[in-house]
Amino acid sequence: MRISANTGRCVGAGQCVLQAPEVFDQDEDAMVTLHTDRPGEAARAAVSEAANLCPAGAITIHED
Amino acid sequence: MTDVRSNVVDFPLRRRGAPFPPREYDGLREREGLVRAHLPSGQPVWLVSRHEDVRALLTDPRISANPANAGFPKVARTGGVPTQEEIPGWFVGLDPPEHDRFRKVLIPEFSVPRIRRWRPTIQRTVHECVDELLASDGAADLVADFALPVPSRIICTILGVPHADRDFFESRTQTLVDLAGTTEAERAEAVRQLLRHINRLIAIKRKWPADDLISRILGTGVVSEEEMSGVVMLLLIAGHETTANNIALGVVTLLSNPQWIGDDRIVDELVRFHSVADLVAMRTAVADIEIGGQLIRAGEGVMPLIAAANHDSCAFEHPRDFDPGRSARGHVGFGFGVHQCLGQNLVRAEMECVYRTLFERVPNLHLTRPVAELPFKYDGTLFGLHSLPVGW
Repeated sequence: MRISANTGRCVGAGQCVLQAPEVFDQDEDAMVTLHTDRPGEAARAAVSEAANLCPAGAITIHED
Repeated sequence: MTDVRSNVVDFPLRRRGAPFPPREYDGLREREGLVRAHLPSGQPVWLVSRHEDVRALLTDPRISANPANAGFPKVARTGGVPTQEEIPGWFVGLDPPEHDRFRKVLIPEFSVPRIRRWRPTIQRTVHECVDELLASDGAADLVADFALPVPSRIICTILGVPHADRDFFESRTQTLVDLAGTTEAERAEAVRQLLRHINRLIAIKRKWPADDLISRILGTGVVSEEEMSGVVMLLLIAGHETTANNIALGVVTLLSNPQWIGDDRIVDELVRFHSVADLVAMRTAVADIEIGGQLIRAGEGVMPLIAAANHDSCAFEHPRDFDPGRSARGHVGFGFGVHQCLGQNLVRAEMECVYRTLFERVPNLHLTRPVAELPFKYDGTLFGLHSLPVGW
């Protein structure tokens, strides 16, 4: 599983950080940053939920 | 496509003495397509009540939050969205890309890490407010004496309102939210006084910048002084009554579900469960769009019903049960899309801190009137409590 976050779409709500703090963070501009773009399988549920909660649809999960 | 024009409902559906969210919302969600409604002014509007449809609507670029566009709903006597001509900088009434200039410059002030740094200040303020509450003689109105002062003082601190001006801001904003005890003229006067005061504050921060939100935003040069006045007014009002209603209703709910007191998962479930901002997300279509199998034409107003979406059994099992053990995060209590509540992380921190501190320090807190007799808000845009008589 690989994830990407589109800072062009990000609205800085912080939902992803609350959902999966080990994967997502916010920089000084409140834009999404990734601790890793390849979180382990153990984080799959939290990452999927973060993508679902994102009000701007800025998080994508790639299966490669 | 379904023609529901023959079956138009009168809106809002909130009724004095009836449960909130209204039972009728269950029926709305089950109808095919969307439901046509008439606002008290006679204005026609589409009601969007399914969770999935509300999310789709609030993220569609053909849907506008700008009250200057044709068809924009005016639901209640108060709480309408001013246009940029009326109050420049009232950015919740703007669409991208104009909206993004404001959001981008403000959102760093409310990010998860930034709010984490505010937590000690929030805790200190909540302690102060509990001290003041306990100073009265064993009984108080939890709305006026606690639920309103907490968010008011915290937002004043974040904005950089000097200590000496706090009481003024607090009393003026109380007048604004007090629909039961004030006239429209009194509220209009409170707005004028607030704007005058805010403009003076902005002039001072321009001259002597300090380590606060107003100074930082002015320093970016992205927002004009005139717009800044609208931004400050919006931040002051938006985080005030909504949070206070959540705090007060939350106390009522937790007193009857005490087993959940102390659990951190209560906050999002309370926001879902009460959905105080049911009527806040007014919208209008700027191009033809299909939502929930219904064609909405350009220029037709749309009401995404936050409380209906948050009580959709397709998204939340047994939605009328208060159950912090469920995963409530997918609620739309803070809205959805680019306008999703800017202050949501501040609200979460405030609510967590309030319940922990209040129930810890006032363990015998109780209502002094039965729940059925409490003065719930049926007349404003927001749902909540006009007052909450408590004792300890």
